[in-house]
Amino acid sequence: MREYDLIIVGGGPAGLAAAISAKKEGIDNLLILERDHELGGILNQCIHNGFGLHTFKEELTGPEYAYRFIEEAEKLEIPYKLNTMVLDISQEGREKTITAMNREDGLMFLKTKAVVLAMGCRERPRGALNIPGYRPAGIYTAGTAQRLVNMEGYMPGKEVVILGSGDIGLIMARRMTLEGAKVKVVAELLPYSGGLQRNIVQCLNDFDIPLKLSHTVVDIQGKERVTGITLAEVDENRKPIPGTEEFYSCDTLLLSCGLIPENELSGKMGVELSRVTSGPVVNESLETNVEGVFACGNVLHVHDLVDYVSEEAARAGSHAAEYIRNWNSGESNEEEQTIRIQTEGGIRYSVPQIIRTGHMEDTLTVRFRVGAVYRDAYISVYCGEKRILHKKKKKLAPGEMEQVVLKKQDLTAEEGLDKIVMKVEEAS
Amino acid sequence: MYDVVIIGAGVTGSAVARELSRYQLKTVVLEKEEDVCCGTSKANSAIVHAGFDAVPGSMKAKMNVRGNRLIQELSEELDFPYKQNGSLVLCFDEQDLPKLEALKEKGEKNQVPGLRILKGEEVRQMEPNLTEEVKAALYAPTGGIVCPFKLTIAMAENASVNGVEFAFDTQVKTIEKTENGYRIQTEDKVYETRCMVNAAGVYADQWNNLVSSRKLSITPRKGEYYLLDKKAGDFVSHTIFQLPTKMGKGVLITPTVHGNLLVGPTADDIEDKEGVNTTRQGLDKAAAMAKLSAPAVPLSMVITSFAGLRATEKEEDFVLGEAEGAEGFFNAAGIESPGLSSAPAIGEYLAGMIAEKLHAQKKEDFQSRRRDIPCVAESTPEEIQALIAQDPAYGNVICRCETVTEGEILNAIRRPLGARSLDGVKRRTRAGMGRCQAGFCSPRTMEILARELKKDPLELTKAGGDSRLLTGVMKEDL
Repeated sequence: MREYDLIIVGGGPAGLAAAISAKKEGIDNLLILERDHELGGILNQCIHNGFGLHTFKEELTGPEYAYRFIEEAEKLEIPYKLNTMVLDISQEGREKTITAMNREDGLMFLKTKAVVLAMGCRERPRGALNIPGYRPAGIYTAGTAQRLVNMEGYMPGKEVVILGSGDIGLIMARRMTLEGAKVKVVAELLPYSGGLQRNIVQCLNDFDIPLKLSHTVVDIQGKERVTGITLAEVDENRKPIPGTEEFYSCDTLLLSCGLIPENELSGKMGVELSRVTSGPVVNESLETNVEGVFACGNVLHVHDLVDYVSEEAARAGSHAAEYIRNWNSGESNEEEQTIRIQTEGGIRYSVPQIIRTGHMEDTLTVRFRVGAVYRDAYISVYCGEKRILHKKKKKLAPGEMEQVVLKKQDLTAEEGLDKIVMKVEEAS
Repeated sequence: MYDVVIIGAGVTGSAVARELSRYQLKTVVLEKEEDVCCGTSKANSAIVHAGFDAVPGSMKAKMNVRGNRLIQELSEELDFPYKQNGSLVLCFDEQDLPKLEALKEKGEKNQVPGLRILKGEEVRQMEPNLTEEVKAALYAPTGGIVCPFKLTIAMAENASVNGVEFAFDTQVKTIEKTENGYRIQTEDKVYETRCMVNAAGVYADQWNNLVSSRKLSITPRKGEYYLLDKKAGDFVSHTIFQLPTKMGKGVLITPTVHGNLLVGPTADDIEDKEGVNTTRQGLDKAAAMAKLSAPAVPLSMVITSFAGLRATEKEEDFVLGEAEGAEGFFNAAGIESPGLSSAPAIGEYLAGMIAEKLHAQKKEDFQSRRRDIPCVAESTPEEIQALIAQDPAYGNVICRCETVTEGEILNAIRRPLGARSLDGVKRRTRAGMGRCQAGFCSPRTMEILARELKKDPLELTKAGGDSRLLTGVMKEDL
């Protein structure tokens, strides 16, 4: 049985960045396991531009962005296995065993000291949305359609309705139009879009594609192939309003209704998952409740920008490297002060959720999402009665991930602090 | 000239075909869809009923109790997933206890073994997620669950291996009585036969009424269901029925043989014999009814919902045997619940009658056994290693949610009556049946199908007919 210091599950943007940073910190005995036939993950099908503005200060396409990391991983001679599916992660004592499989090696049992989870996320399918109607061909998630068009060169349909205004849905509205399909409407259940503002402008407005907020699909027609769908307006409880039904003839329904971190492996090995993010609960080092198991990228929480994925994953890789160094030098983790970040008043979650001040650097970036649209509001952080952060934001929206930077000195000032509270405060 | 033409390759037609394949008879199955198991057989509760519900003395009662025993044996012989998990009929009201007793007596008349009435407390000990309102329940240890696709496919495949022909995409147009039997006209062919079997599901009345003096009337009774993620699969371990109440017949909650949780069905008579759409009202009703049994049933974990049509004949019993005034025309009509449970018994019953009528001799080389496609997800490490050694494609995972490999998909396409569509692959291997519902694997499965069937990807379908998956190539309409 081959033994490793670090195994990274997933060779997309998160896995690559984590591997590169660990390798740069001296972890040579590492391995990336990737289920697809190439590195780069979902970026390979994201042929539009807009990637890398933060990381490289230039606009790249998805494959170009991925290639920068793949190139660096190759240069650093980081080993990887493609077409390899991880079936199980288990642990005995501190040591982890990864069960994986591919054509060449067959079934493998790989021992490792640390693991970085970087499996990404999946799209919410029609079934989980519980849309009534027939079940014909022509219903695809936006990401599946994106793969068919951008990687295989086929059109999944000619007359398209899109449900959900997540970023992939918006991007696909433009892509399908550019490839010769007619996109009739994008419907969104919520009163606001879940996608980035820039995508609404560049992908819908520029192509005169209507966006119908507070609308949903209430029926799917067509016994073999989709022949049409019925949209209806929804009330404040997201229930369709009778009498507002409108029929759209189409041969395709694309769904962009949310992404779900793929944590089946994590859950099975006992990693605690957040009910809000569906990703692991992590501390300041992006380590889960299972010692030596770190998480980053969309498996941790769904991101809008890959730049943040890379940054977060590099941190996870670096903390994994630190963990391995401590293991090798025989240092063990001692009980220490832990602070829980409690989110309330409009903030849905934070990552990380836990801070161990002993492991914290001078500052810590905490990312979060809000649950509704706010204008001219403040993000506040409290230690008990004391407000340690009060940051004004012109606009806050659920579709845009936000961040604040916490200072270590603020958290260590008060002895015995076990929680801080983050909330949105509207201007009085 | 055929000896037997069977209309319909659902579970009933396939069961009859398999039993007939024991005899030296020239048999063909005509199916309007592209595959077996495309109608009622693919969308039902996947339950092997114990047999207490049917009216004593009815065909339903006889076939169900016999079928329950046969399925168990058959699952070994033909290698399909089956489990005897036992069933419970819940009673929520003290006043209904006599009804529960009556159900038990009915079951005993039908010779269902092991029936017992349990107190509310005992029931909740067996199933902690059930409501506090359960006053008592009828426990039937012989109740079971089965994979309806694999049961149907196994019987059809075994029939095929034993010489029965299958003609798919073959819609019967007319049937005429001839001097020696029947002439069946399809779109492009004429079949002359001595006997025929009408296993046409919701359309069985149409064919019967062309030749028989006893007219049948079949109404599609729609049932809507939720299928939940495997994470919810152990919510209950038995099949949970409800004693009919003022609110209606009730719905069931059951684990499936693959480890999901199934909730439903509703029961609504409709007109459209192809009306397999789900409705908001139907799904909401199924949810509300299920909550009576288990208020915490985790419906948020739904991965898909679907509807199936029961072929309900007006007399509400199975119509089995030679049709009145139509010698050699054998009905398997009105096969609604417990049709799946009864199928092997119906096959045995009708094949026996037909063989007698045609004085058929048994084959000496009948192959009674069949092995299913290997299932990597349920294999031991040693078994997986052996499969990969035999074909490396068993190491290449295509469907990540259900861990289905390329080897399994290739096997499903290449075996007798192999898969030709995305749904065909799905029903044989479970590729695409998991929580992402084929989001990731469908492009890869399509690639394998195109390669194996030597087809242009543009010709690939979800389920045959006009259910094309792709409409063209990029930019062709610009």
